[in-house]
Amino acid sequence: MANTDSTIQIRSSVKKGVATIKCLVSHPMETGMRKDKKGKLIPAKFIQKLSCEHAGNVVLDADLNGTVSANPYIKFKFSGATKGDTIKVNWVDNKGDSDAVEVEIPTKRRKK
Amino acid sequence: MNLQRRILLKSTLAASATTVAISAGLLTPKAVWAAWNTAAFNAKDVDTALTGAYGSTETTDSDKIKLKAPDVAENGASVTITVDSKLDKTEAISILVNGNAQPLTATFNLGATTEGFITTNIKMGKSSDVIAVVKADGKLYSTKQQVKVTIGGCGG
Repeated sequence: MANTDSTIQIRSSVKKGVATIKCLVSHPMETGMRKDKKGKLIPAKFIQKLSCEHAGNVVLDADLNGTVSANPYIKFKFSGATKGDTIKVNWVDNKGDSDAVEVEIPTKRRKK
Repeated sequence: MNLQRRILLKSTLAASATTVAISAGLLTPKAVWAAWNTAAFNAKDVDTALTGAYGSTETTDSDKIKLKAPDVAENGASVTITVDSKLDKTEAISILVNGNAQPLTATFNLGATTEGFITTNIKMGKSSDVIAVVKADGKLYSTKQQVKVTIGGCGG
């Protein structure tokens, strides 16, 4: 992991040309309907757009609502990838905050 | 008196923020092009959400879509849902929860090389149906499964 400070954590692997991407984002995902202990509404703050790029192509363009769990986890697959390829993931939330990360699909198996 | 000026300022600021984001390379052009669908996500029922997202409520039941969800979810704050579509030309996958205040939980627009497979965690306020809607070759297909929730995850 090149960027450990990022809110986005990615685990990726390739098997027979099909890449599996597991993406975990640190984010509160407040719906705006929850109340705090004093009965005040907690303002909505959730990721609206999350996209993933590989070799200049958008492989996943996700629109999320506040009803996606806190610290969203998304796993998906796409073909045509090889080990060492770069994957870009970025997100934008309803407050305009965003983050982006670039990772390479590891060439070696991750040590457990 | 200055209300219009306020609105103008606000919209100008919002627009310039987007421009900055594009120039910084944070947003891909496609992400900007496909704006977040407010009408669909804020919809209070499944039909309105589907109309907002796909312009139609006509879905065909398909056994080529596998929806994997727990029969009983102990914690509604995080329910793992897997949608696996074997339909040809799967373009988009949406997850809807019938019993939530806002049923449309997420829409995943898939690239040309992306497989019709998504796993994610969602919140569920109460026991209800989870509906997977798949757009494949311009048509809508769906399948659903009931999930019982012991502790609701949209607390309040």
